[in-house]
Amino acid sequence: MEQSSKQEMKLKGIPASPGIAIGPAYLYRKHEPTVQVRNIEAEKVNSEIQRLQNAVARSKKELIKIYDFAQHRLDGEQARIFEAQTLILEDSVLFDMVYARLRHERKNVEYLLRDEMEKYHRLMANSHDEYARERADDLKDVEDRILRNLEEQKLTSKIDGSHIIVSHNISAADALMFSRNDVLAYVTEIGGATSHMALLARALKIPAIVGVHQIASFSAPDETVIVDGYDGVVILHPQPATIKTFEKKKAHHVEFEETLAALRDLPAETLDGHHVKLSANVELEEELEFIKFQGADGIGLYRSESLLLGKEVFPSEEEQYKAYRRIAKSIHPKHVIIRSFDIGGDKLMAQSIKESNPVLGWRGIRIMLDKPQVFLDQLRAILRASTFKNLSILLPMISSLKEVQMAKQLLGQAKEDLRTKNIAFDDKLQLGVMIEVPAAAVIADHIAREVDFLSIGTNDLIQYLLAVDRGNDVVSDRFQEFHPAVIRFLRRIIERGQQGKVMVGMCGQMAGDPLATILLLGLGLDEFSVVPTVLPEIKKIIRSIHYTEAKHVAERVLEMQSEDEIKAYLKRLMKNKFSEMLIGGK
Amino acid sequence: MIEREVTIRNRAGVHTRPAASIVKLAAKYKSEFYIEKDEVEINGKSIIGVMTLAAEQGATLLLKFDGPDEQEFSNAMSELFESGFGEPI
Repeated sequence: MEQSSKQEMKLKGIPASPGIAIGPAYLYRKHEPTVQVRNIEAEKVNSEIQRLQNAVARSKKELIKIYDFAQHRLDGEQARIFEAQTLILEDSVLFDMVYARLRHERKNVEYLLRDEMEKYHRLMANSHDEYARERADDLKDVEDRILRNLEEQKLTSKIDGSHIIVSHNISAADALMFSRNDVLAYVTEIGGATSHMALLARALKIPAIVGVHQIASFSAPDETVIVDGYDGVVILHPQPATIKTFEKKKAHHVEFEETLAALRDLPAETLDGHHVKLSANVELEEELEFIKFQGADGIGLYRSESLLLGKEVFPSEEEQYKAYRRIAKSIHPKHVIIRSFDIGGDKLMAQSIKESNPVLGWRGIRIMLDKPQVFLDQLRAILRASTFKNLSILLPMISSLKEVQMAKQLLGQAKEDLRTKNIAFDDKLQLGVMIEVPAAAVIADHIAREVDFLSIGTNDLIQYLLAVDRGNDVVSDRFQEFHPAVIRFLRRIIERGQQGKVMVGMCGQMAGDPLATILLLGLGLDEFSVVPTVLPEIKKIIRSIHYTEAKHVAERVLEMQSEDEIKAYLKRLMKNKFSEMLIGGK
Repeated sequence: MIEREVTIRNRAGVHTRPAASIVKLAAKYKSEFYIEKDEVEINGKSIIGVMTLAAEQGATLLLKFDGPDEQEFSNAMSELFESGFGEPI
C-alpha cells in the first residue's frame, strides 16, 4: 500500500463523540454469506447433517455470549432481542424440514436453510404487525449467523493492536464486542449521534464520527487515519505535516480537558455571582456515572421512552417504578426531571398507525392523554419513586392549557390512587411543561400559572417555528438556532415564565452549543440541560463572564436582523474571550 | 381431530415469551398441532410460526389438534391460553 503517493483526503461527518485519534484503520465489513447450490451424494448426507448441527451449536454459543454481555452492558430488556434469536435457533419444525429435504433432495444445507427461512421471512416482513416485522430481522440475523458458521468464518471480535474501526454501520451488538479491544475511534457511514454506538463511545470516551458517506470505500486496511471527533472530520492518507498538527491539537485538548475536569465541583456561576443550573440530558441508566463525573447539577431531562426500547408493550407500573427509583437514588441529592413518554412522530413505538405527517400528528402528550391507563401507570410509578423528594415530571408536546389541566387532573387521580393504598410519595412533586410547540410559547404565561417550571425544547421548537424538518437532509441547513425569530421567541418564553414566577430551563441541543451560552444566559435562562460531554465547556464559559455583560450581548443580538450577523457577532465574542475553546463550525 | 377456539387474554399478546411457552408445551405431545388466524395456518410447534402470528390481545385463534394424545393436548393448551400465559391481563 503506497501511502505517500495517495492524496490526502478530508471527509466530513457528524461528530458523535469528542476526542482526536490517529492510528491504523480497521475495516469492519459485516460478512455477507453467499449461498450456492450443490448436490450431496447419498453417503455424504449424514456428514452434511452434522455440519449443520455443528454450525447451529456454534451459533447458539455466540448468541449466549452476546446475550450475557448485553445484559451487563445494556438494559436487560434490550438484551431480549438476542433471546428471541436463540429461540429461533431451536425451532424444531424448521430444522426437521431442512433435514427431511436434505435426505429427499440431496442438496447442501446452506441452500435448504436459506430456502426454508425465506418462506418464514416473507410472511413476517409483510406483516401489519411491528413485532412480526422486527422478528423478520431477527430471522435474517440468525440465518446469516448459521451460514457464516457453516463457512467456518471466525467471528471477528478480536483484533490485534489499537485501531480506528471504520464501517458502514456498527450495531449495538458489534460495538459491545469491539469495546473489549483497544479501539482508538469509530467511524461509520451511516447512523446518528444518538445511536447506541455513539452513546457507548461517549461513555468509554472514545472519539466517534457518524454519517461519513463512502468512507468504507475510500479507506484501506491499516492505513493511517485521523479522526477529529470535535469537528466531525476524518482525514485519510494524512501528510506528515497534517499528522503533526493533529498530534499537537490532541495534546492541547487533553490538557484543556484536564483543566475542565477541575471545574467539576465548582458551581455554574458568573463572575458577578449569577447562578444557573447546569444539568445533563440522560437517556440510558448507563450514563449516570458519566454525568456525575462531569459534574452535572442534576438531570434536566430523563427520556423515559428509553424504557420502551426493544419492547412490544409499555412496561408495567412496577417495572417503571423500579427504574425511576434506581435513577432517583443514584443521583440523590441532585434532582431528576422525568419527561413522560414522548413517543410517536419519529420516535419509537409509533404503533401501527400510518400518519402522513407524524411530526404534526399523534405524539407526545397527545398519546398519553388518549391512553389514560398507560399515563396513570407512569404517573403512579414516578410518584412512588419520588420518596427521595428529588423528582419532577415534564410534559412533552403541550400545545394548549386544556392539555395541562387534563394532565394535572390525571396526576391528581394517580395521587389519590396511591393515597387509598397508603403508598407514600412526594406530595410537593413539581410539574413542568416542555415549550416546543409555538402555540405553547405564545401562551407560556397562562401555562406558567398552572405549572412549576418550563423547559424549552429547541429541537422541535425551531423545527415548527421555521417550518424545517430537521431530519430532512435537503433543507437541514435552514434549521437555524440563531434565526432572529427563534431568539425573539426564546426571549418571550423566558419573560413569560418570569412573569409567572416559574423557572425556565432549556433541554434542546441549543443549550449545549457553546456559541449560544452567553446569549442564553443574557436572555435569562435559569437552567441549561445538556449532553454530558459538553458540560464542562459550558460551565467554563458561564464562569468566565459577567451576567451584566451577557445581558448586554442579548440586547444587541435582539436588535440584529439576520442569523449570519448574529453568528458572526457571537463567534467574534467567543474568539476574543476563549481562544482555546473548541467552537465547532456550525 | 379436535378444534378449540381461544381468545388472547393478556395485554401484551403473543410476543416472545408466550410464544416460547406455547412451543415448549406443544413439544411434550405427540399429536400434530396447528394454529389458524385470519385464514393463515401455522405449525404450532414452530416458534417462528407462532411469532409470525403476532396475535394481539382480543384476537381469536383456532387451535387444531390431531393425534393419539389430542384430548390431553387440547386441554392443556387451551388452559395456557385462558390463563393469559401467566402475564398481566
